[in-house]
Amino acid sequence: MSASGANLVSFVAIGVLVGCGVTLLLERSLIRVLLGIVMAGNGVNLLIIFGGRSGRAPVVGVPGTGAMSDALPQAMVLTAIVITFGFTAFLLAISYRSWYLTGDDDVPDDLEDQQIVRRAAAKEVSTADLSDERADSDSEQVDAPAPRRPHRGEGPE
Amino acid sequence: MNALVALPVLLPLLGAALTLLLATRDRPQRVVSVACLAATLAVAAVLLVRTYRHGPLVIEIGGWPAPVGIVLVADQLAALMLVVSSAVTLCVLLYSIGQGQSDASENTPVAIFHPTYLVLTAGVTNAFLAGDLFNLFVGFEMLLAASFVLITLNGTPLRIRTGSTYVVVNILASMIFLISVGLVYAATGTLNLAHLAHRLDALPDGLRLSLQLMLLVAFGIKAAVFPLSAWLPDSYPTAPAPVTAVFAGLLTKVGVYAIIRTQTLLFPGPRAAALLLVVAGLTMLVGILGAVAQSDLKRLLSFTLVSHIGYMIFGIGLSTVAGLVGAIFYVVHHITIQTALFLVTGLVEEKTGSTDLRQLGGLARIKPLLGVLFFVSAMNLAGIPPFSGFLGKLGLLQAGVAAGGPLPWILVALGTLTSLLTLYVASRVWSIAFWRAPGPAVASTVPLPTLMVGATVALVALGVGLTVVAGPLFDVTTGAAVDLHERTPYIHAVLPGGRP
Repeated sequence: MSASGANLVSFVAIGVLVGCGVTLLLERSLIRVLLGIVMAGNGVNLLIIFGGRSGRAPVVGVPGTGAMSDALPQAMVLTAIVITFGFTAFLLAISYRSWYLTGDDDVPDDLEDQQIVRRAAAKEVSTADLSDERADSDSEQVDAPAPRRPHRGEGPE
Repeated sequence: MNALVALPVLLPLLGAALTLLLATRDRPQRVVSVACLAATLAVAAVLLVRTYRHGPLVIEIGGWPAPVGIVLVADQLAALMLVVSSAVTLCVLLYSIGQGQSDASENTPVAIFHPTYLVLTAGVTNAFLAGDLFNLFVGFEMLLAASFVLITLNGTPLRIRTGSTYVVVNILASMIFLISVGLVYAATGTLNLAHLAHRLDALPDGLRLSLQLMLLVAFGIKAAVFPLSAWLPDSYPTAPAPVTAVFAGLLTKVGVYAIIRTQTLLFPGPRAAALLLVVAGLTMLVGILGAVAQSDLKRLLSFTLVSHIGYMIFGIGLSTVAGLVGAIFYVVHHITIQTALFLVTGLVEEKTGSTDLRQLGGLARIKPLLGVLFFVSAMNLAGIPPFSGFLGKLGLLQAGVAAGGPLPWILVALGTLTSLLTLYVASRVWSIAFWRAPGPAVASTVPLPTLMVGATVALVALGVGLTVVAGPLFDVTTGAAVDLHERTPYIHAVLPGGRP
């Protein structure tokens, strides 16, 4: 659309940032994932900046509107930075909480995977339909049932 | 009149600010949130009537004219989605109040359930009303940020574990969306949807297709379309019942809405149609087969949720007016019914302390009302006449038959098969959890809170009521689909002078 300020260096910078970000995203540790998100996020922000025309500061009243940079991507990037900042803070809180609860911040295998592996190892099929076999002796049950919330007027709480 | 368009975003946001100020005062918080959502529902209803009679309404936020400034646009599709979403969020809010789903106590510095819930609502309405791509992104981020907090509520180990997957996947989806936004701007120099509709036509074919596919991937993750859907059944079930309900009902549909909006307005024509039809078929089939294998009620419902997203993508992929009519009708039906099913599941959990099918049994005898509520919603989901699920599926299948060709016919067959398998899944749950002898899960003798039951009954009744008002509803969805297909009503409303 318009002459943009992008050059080879900027593209390489975007590529390196996003590439490193994606590599880190593939890790199991939440902190590394977080670093990946921050790097890739910054790469994306650069990409948006270079999407607009480069030039002098877009200040009203200064002569030469033709040489001004495009202010719209800059406004968008400000918003995107704020959003990334908020999400980073939240992910930090999550990984701290995860470390606090379990001693590490690794993302575990998902439940479905664990269940399928167990079932395959035990060569068994789903037992839910068999009304006389109850869950007590069921090795399939990886997730312990959630503790029941005490009702009001029942129990100590 | 146009100022009304901003209210569905403003009201919940103001409510969120007010409930935050109220900190830990539980009762005033409840009053404020219920009042805000009820007012939003009223405004949405007015908007729907208005757009149905007089066409789209536009407001320029901040007074800047359209291609540069931020616009909020309420056309028939947006207004219809607003009405359904605010009705559902209101019901779920009442349900969560009945359950005591608030963390307000002497020890907490700030009770965050109500403010977060209102921000979530504001994000959803903002996404529906957004008139430019970046504002759509902001809407998504608002609802995501709120959903992160809600899905990890109380920070229990299980919720942290599943929440972290949810958070990372969704941030990644947002990043892909942001990259597409950046590329669209670099290629066209605008982000206003109406303006883009002109400018994208002038782009080279390959570039246009790659932009379309990038947006599809971003929205596909949010809508949980098959190859991108694995995160959903793993993260939704652990959240508190009302939170799961509102996520299942609304959040995926915001993704579907974004797909409808961009595919019709920005990229009209059947270019991605074959791709959409293939993933729609796979989504239906893989989702429902996943549901057949589950032994936990919440996980099972999450898989049916994924499966039925396929129906909506099927309608969009046909890229005919009839297909769009069916897809929009199905979105409306599915938002109400999926939320209702999760609320019923929440009631089951409240009553017995479990949602594990191996533990449950005899619920129809223990609590007949639960049986009725589940049976009606499950049959509605499976598409038994005369419920709205049947009408929605019939509309889609007829559109598929009318479109003709090998792929639509395969999809019609897959749609029928999925519907039958949904019926199988529903009757399996019914016979295990409701009909066999009571299981080891002990039913509580404490009666269920009236407000919880009332809200669930209201939502199930709304789902059944869709059948009663199916005629007018089809009028509205047809109007919305015709407007979407023509594109001109939307574009002329946003850019009155025609091509800028």
